[in-house]
Amino acid sequence: MIDASGGPLYELPDDAPPGASPVGQPRAAARDDRGRPTTSVGRPRAALMITCLGDALFPAVGLAAVKVLEKLGVAVDFPGGQTCCGQPAFNSGYRDDARRAARAFVRAFAGSQSVVSVSGSCAAMVREHYPRLFAGQPEEAAATALAARTYEFSEYLVDVLQVENLPVAFKGKATMHHSCHTLRLLGVAEQPERLLQMVDGLEYVPLARARDCCGFGGTFAVKMPAISTAMVDEKVDHILETGADVLVGLDMSCLMNIDGRLRRRGCAMPVKHLAEVLAEGWRA
Amino acid sequence: MSRATRAAFDEQVGRALGDATLQEVIRDGQDFMQVFHEQARGELDWPALLDQVEAVRSHTVENLDYYVDQFAANVEKRGGVVYFAATAQEARAHVLALARQRSAKLIVKAKSLLTEEIGLNAALEAAGIEVVETDLGEVIIQLAHEKPFHIVAPAIHKSLEQIRVLLSAAAGEELPADPAALTAFARRFLREKFFAADIGISGCNFGVASTGSVVLVTNEGNGRMTTTLPKTHVVVMGMERLVPDFESLEPILAVLPWMGGGTRMTSYVTAISGPRQAGDEDGPEELHVVIVDNGRSAILGGKYQKILNCIRCGACLDVCPVYRKIGGHAYGAAYSGPIGAVLTPLLDGFQHHPELPYASSLCGACSEICSARIPLADYLLELRADMVRLGSGSGAWQFGFRGFAETAVRPRVWDAAERLAGVVARPLTAGGAIRWAPGLPGLWTRTRDLPAVARQSFRRLWRRRPSDARDGEGTGGTRRLP
Repeated sequence: MIDASGGPLYELPDDAPPGASPVGQPRAAARDDRGRPTTSVGRPRAALMITCLGDALFPAVGLAAVKVLEKLGVAVDFPGGQTCCGQPAFNSGYRDDARRAARAFVRAFAGSQSVVSVSGSCAAMVREHYPRLFAGQPEEAAATALAARTYEFSEYLVDVLQVENLPVAFKGKATMHHSCHTLRLLGVAEQPERLLQMVDGLEYVPLARARDCCGFGGTFAVKMPAISTAMVDEKVDHILETGADVLVGLDMSCLMNIDGRLRRRGCAMPVKHLAEVLAEGWRA
Repeated sequence: MSRATRAAFDEQVGRALGDATLQEVIRDGQDFMQVFHEQARGELDWPALLDQVEAVRSHTVENLDYYVDQFAANVEKRGGVVYFAATAQEARAHVLALARQRSAKLIVKAKSLLTEEIGLNAALEAAGIEVVETDLGEVIIQLAHEKPFHIVAPAIHKSLEQIRVLLSAAAGEELPADPAALTAFARRFLREKFFAADIGISGCNFGVASTGSVVLVTNEGNGRMTTTLPKTHVVVMGMERLVPDFESLEPILAVLPWMGGGTRMTSYVTAISGPRQAGDEDGPEELHVVIVDNGRSAILGGKYQKILNCIRCGACLDVCPVYRKIGGHAYGAAYSGPIGAVLTPLLDGFQHHPELPYASSLCGACSEICSARIPLADYLLELRADMVRLGSGSGAWQFGFRGFAETAVRPRVWDAAERLAGVVARPLTAGGAIRWAPGLPGLWTRTRDLPAVARQSFRRLWRRRPSDARDGEGTGGTRRLP
């Protein structure tokens, strides 16, 4: 039997290549010396990151997120200079174009406190890739600081606001798609499930092969549409197997992919962002 | 994107997606391995074990010049002959020369990815030498004239009936569809080949630098036959396949069987230290070790260096949602799945494999599972960036992303572009969805609905909020949202 408890046999190099740092580790929220989450004096304040898709295609998700945050006592800002975080260009290899968009994005959120994103993938772009994208550039400090105060919606509710119960009701069964970047780059997995379990009347049904990608992958969906469709088909099969009344997610890009395939297959199952479930079921 | 390569890739993808039996086989294989991945985590202190594997591999690769020298010197001390091949061509030519000098007519082979990488079998067969694979999976794909479908389980995609047909053709008689009977035939068939072979060729899972030993991790016993019975044993190995000593091999031998085959250990772990020594009862009279570079030193010292950490366990294939759909052949090389998508372009030049770095949804399952902690998803991103930097991006995408960036830095123009998109999309929209669109979105709408563009974007709706709410100081809940 191998004794795996011993330390590493060799020291790792100091100049480890990109990605050598462990990813997907849940991040502890910033706390004050009494263990409370750090917010502004008095009322917590957050800037909403609506994302490009959310702005143009799913404004209702943004409105729902604002409603929930305000109900929880958060003062919500919407920095109007935000457009797109640059992820589509970055993931396709167009780093210069990505950096241009990202630079404007960093500037748009300058002066904001916590930044709350309705997309795990866009939050991950800022948190995981901005520090590297701006390494050695004048914006490095600002980008790193933005990365440190950016949260995905459910993560902000559970880890920062420390929400433990919600006056929310929902009648029926819900299943959830844990988007890949939310799961693996942000390490956000439990938070949305905990929030769903706080909802009165909601029966949570876990999804089979929940960690599998839905096949969206940004430009992958149109660069390799046949593979992407085969992937989303399997995801849709598993979703339908649950018999749930609604599919809940944290990332509208993945949900748009799944929803698009559900509709094309003639299925009427509603697909909602977690913020919508909470906002719609909020009592009074 | 090179059209010829993309066409070959698409053809293989189409073939895999259209084969319902194959889809089921790959899915079952992945689901089967997932059970072991979870079991391994439950039985062992997995993070600590992976720390050790990563440390051993990173240390060895970082000091590869030292360990290659030490390994070669120790092989020679034990009476082996070492040859360094800079390219695949040099490696093939050297093995062919060894075979010719020995007037070899029949060569038996144990499973080796490296010989697939360099196309050794074809070169030997072109010279009129009979080459017989002896790993059962390799036997099957050799009879089918195919490449390995999976780096650990090369014939995982073949059904019992397909295997029966292939082996029956080799037997010259109809064999029953019974695994035991088919295996018994393979055993008889291979036994004769082992005794008649002039040369045995094997790969090398790991070379132990401190002793010059070649370690093979196998299950069927064919590895030992191949390396013991013929008079000449030729090892063909990638130059990074080393560990400093037996102690550092330990964590790797704990991880590899779990991730590669879902077992705590393999049937055989063989350490070959030189040819037959004085007093040995058996073993080959001579041992040749061919250490192959073939693009590896170009990776050393660069940002992709950690790809050489790979222990070829195949775990990334077993969790990859893209491999789950397209299988191994679309990758067009010895290595498939995420490791293939990264390694093949690095070894062979991405101009020959421009589609591989894009054959991923970047879900990160590969980086998460990797036994040697290779940041595979990050490497795919890096490869894409390198391809664009070196001008292999397509004109349309380049133009598109330039336009995207120009718009993204101007919120007013962005807002106007959103409104324009809404105007363009409106005639295509029915019942809140777009079922057909031209151009790039059309690749989406072929199989999926697109959502309608909202009549009012979020930024426009926000502007309509009363100003006291907009600056964040409003009373929130008492106000109706637009």
